[in-house]
Amino acid sequence: MVGFRTGLQIGVALMAAVLAAVLLPRYLELFTLINATVFVSMGVLALSLGLIWGFGGILCFGQTAFFGLGGYTYAVASINFGDTTWAIPLALALPTAVAAALGYLMFYGRISDVYMGVITLTTTLILFKFANSTAGDQWKIGSSPLGGFNGIPGTPPLNVPFDPGTQLAPDQIFVIAVLCLGLCYAAAKLILRTRFGRVSVAIKENELRAELLGYDVRLHKMALFAVGGFMAGLGGILFANCVFVSPTMFSLSYAGQVIIWVLVGGIGTLAGPVIGCILIQTLTTYAGTLSMIDPNLLLGALFMLAVVAVPKGLLPTATNLLAKLARRGDES
Amino acid sequence: MTVLLSTDGLRMRFGGVVAVDGVTLAVNEGELRCLIGPNGAGKSTFFKCLTGQYKPTGGRIFWRGRDITALDPFAVARLGVGIKTQVPSLFDGLTAMEGVVLAVRRLHGEAEARRRAVRALERLEVGDLGNRRIGLLAHGQRQLVELAMVVAPEPDLIILDEPTAGMSAEETGRAADLIRELNREHAIVVVEHDMQFIRTIAHTVTVFHQGRVLMEDSAEIVFKDPRVRDVYLGKAVA
Ligand SMILES: Nc1ncnc2c1ncn2[C@@H]1O[C@H](COP(=O)(O)OP(=O)(O)OP(=O)(O)O)[C@@H](O)[C@H]1O
Ligand SMILES: [Mg+2]
Repeated sequence: MVGFRTGLQIGVALMAAVLAAVLLPRYLELFTLINATVFVSMGVLALSLGLIWGFGGILCFGQTAFFGLGGYTYAVASINFGDTTWAIPLALALPTAVAAALGYLMFYGRISDVYMGVITLTTTLILFKFANSTAGDQWKIGSSPLGGFNGIPGTPPLNVPFDPGTQLAPDQIFVIAVLCLGLCYAAAKLILRTRFGRVSVAIKENELRAELLGYDVRLHKMALFAVGGFMAGLGGILFANCVFVSPTMFSLSYAGQVIIWVLVGGIGTLAGPVIGCILIQTLTTYAGTLSMIDPNLLLGALFMLAVVAVPKGLLPTATNLLAKLARRGDES
Repeated sequence: MTVLLSTDGLRMRFGGVVAVDGVTLAVNEGELRCLIGPNGAGKSTFFKCLTGQYKPTGGRIFWRGRDITALDPFAVARLGVGIKTQVPSLFDGLTAMEGVVLAVRRLHGEAEARRRAVRALERLEVGDLGNRRIGLLAHGQRQLVELAMVVAPEPDLIILDEPTAGMSAEETGRAADLIRELNREHAIVVVEHDMQFIRTIAHTVTVFHQGRVLMEDSAEIVFKDPRVRDVYLGKAVA
């Protein structure tokens, strides 16, 4: 029912995730492995934007709002509960609900794309400002201080469900993160095969036609936006597990990076944004450790290079190239 | 005869322009109605009001006697109203088949939707275009694919805003045949400029002029009327 192509893509992605989960913890040093977990969590964030932008035409410049909300909710809830088990559903529900609410305002308010970009970006920046201003003892949720610009350094890592005494080690968290990314990819692929997913693409193609065929475009976009919020929230939870949550999660530089990952990797694909994210993060982080060049400068340069050299994004360009080569092979 | 769709004093003004100026009109179940009128007469605007794309600034719209003036386009569509807009409105990135399947997918499961989509494309004799990307089709083919999308869900009322614009003579003939055939099961309102086309298909013709209904009668009488010739001055009204 799923279709050969989709099945194959999902199979390859899950296989890659399992391979990474099995192999990388053996060969990477702890520090590198934790870094890799960060990239994977960001990959989930990239995937969430790749899904709603590339397949729903929703131009969200502030996908980090849901990433940060997921992370903060996870941190605050798990500190309060003394157990991460129930913190997870909560940290998934909150960004999803906020995305649904924001989506309601934007789509039912019939806001244009440009304003949508501005509003979503503003949302994440407001959260950034707010999170930054929560230094001091008066800013506490239950037993968890919010910590202002320092964030919440004591964010507890995942524990075995209902067993707060047994916390997971970084390599186990890496495995979970990679599997989450693989599953998110598979879920997104499957969503796109359903009626809901295909109507989303149709809406991106032509909103008026979709509406004239009887599809409730606004409800649809809101639902897709909420799915994106859910996924970004999951990314935030994973991020909180390897770094700690801080206002940076909401920051302009993070918000901008997500867009760059998606564009460089290839909008209109799902794997592209993830590849773009991991590639760019690896490069900029490596450059950062060399401290020869400012990572932001490098990021900007890479982006410009990509826009000029591979305007369609890395993955679509690579697939086109392969298809061309295959055709040439057939002819000869 | 039961009235399917009717308007009562429908008005639509854009700032100083009154595009639709108090139109009262009724379409019966199973009817085939032609709207004609010179450029800017307000035909397309009237259709946009009917389908919920514009909220009229005055008057009412009724569907089987129920007031639907305030409904959104998707809700009007769900009543059983399909429209082919004047400016082609398609999913360029999808294949013809994918597009038509989506048109019926709201009402039927996947397998049935596919069957119906195949049937709709074949009905318009574009069954061979199923796997082609809509954005890459020729203009006339696009029109036919859009028609297939409108027809496939079997709406009670089909609205066609200049469906044959840009079609070859042969394609136009096919469209005329189709419209007559569709009319056996569906009510149809169609805007056309081609008088020959109208003669071959229409029972009643409504003439729009400056946002108002100038007259409404059989095609013979309408085309003989001097007022109609006047508003079409410069246009071929044979
Ligand atoms: N969105 C709009 N804003 C302002 N004026 C509009 C708008 N839509 C239509 N009009 C005006 O309303 C009038 C009627 O336009 P409409 O497109 O309904 O005419 P029409 O009968 O469909 O003409 P045609 O045969 O050229 O398609 C025109 O004067 C047009 O300029
Ligand atoms: Mg018109």
